[in-house]
Amino acid sequence: MEFSVRVDVTHRPGILDPQGAQIERSLPALGYRNVNQVSVGKTIRLVIEAEDEAAARTELDEMCRRLLANPVIEAYTVDLSENAVDPQVHVRA
Amino acid sequence: MSPRIGVVLFPGTNCELDVSWAVEQLGASARIVWHTDTSLADVDAVVIPGGFAHGDYLRTGAIAKLSPVMDAVARLAADGGPVVGICNGFQVLTEAGLLPGALQKNAGLTFRCETVGVRVESSRSALTGRAEPGAVLQLPINHFEGNYVCTAETLAELQAEERVVLRYVDNPNGSIDDIAGICSPGRNVVGLMPHPERASDAILGSADGVVLLESLLDAASSFSAASGAVAS
Repeated sequence: MEFSVRVDVTHRPGILDPQGAQIERSLPALGYRNVNQVSVGKTIRLVIEAEDEAAARTELDEMCRRLLANPVIEAYTVDLSENAVDPQVHVRA
Repeated sequence: MSPRIGVVLFPGTNCELDVSWAVEQLGASARIVWHTDTSLADVDAVVIPGGFAHGDYLRTGAIAKLSPVMDAVARLAADGGPVVGICNGFQVLTEAGLLPGALQKNAGLTFRCETVGVRVESSRSALTGRAEPGAVLQLPINHFEGNYVCTAETLAELQAEERVVLRYVDNPNGSIDDIAGICSPGRNVVGLMPHPERASDAILGSADGVVLLESLLDAASSFSAASGAVAS
């Protein structure tokens, strides 16, 4: 099975987010005074092949801990959806 | 015999020649070690110098920790050999798990490039053996991600074990507890954001980094003598 994956890496709660804080201080300059809790993170997209969703999630969690995020300062969430298999490609394979 | 210092070169490292020059001025020999090398058997200490290893892609030091040479660095550290990470090298050592915590963007969101006062807090480390606790050294900093962070438990441990070896007199980047440099439990692995090699001659504006580099050469010589004794 093939899955399209989106990993969101954000600052851990309690860790200073200087970029988020700067944006939060800047938005009022444009008149937006109703914004708070701004946080800047990063998004990593990838495609993974795995036996099933559970296997994919296990492996992705390991990737996040070992490389994609730094657990000391970052938290992460993993979203994935199964890719539809193209029947033509499937037949040829 | 003069101590042999390995200086690790990743793609994107840019302080390897400065570090080599500085330690050679003090009587050591320097060998540039390419990041795919897998042996550090012929050096008595290793320095991971500043720069932008692997472009600092993903996070500072995140890709560098996967370079083959890092297994050799970890082995040297485990054997008690002196390992010093300067600036980007400090970031690499935290990513590799050889030092605790992490370095994030400066609190002021500015790249800081200036000479700052750094206080020696402990002479018990591979980089501060000759330094007087309480002495203030004028050392250049040159970083955007030098804001040291760690968990409350890690900080308590660092403080209790006197592993904060250098502190900023006037915190330039928001580092927790004004931390400029820390060491490992064995005190042989040291990471710091300031650049001692750029303060290694009066003509550079300060020679205050010399005492740190001389301490490293001492540690390298001691390690060499000790491992030589074990071997024979």
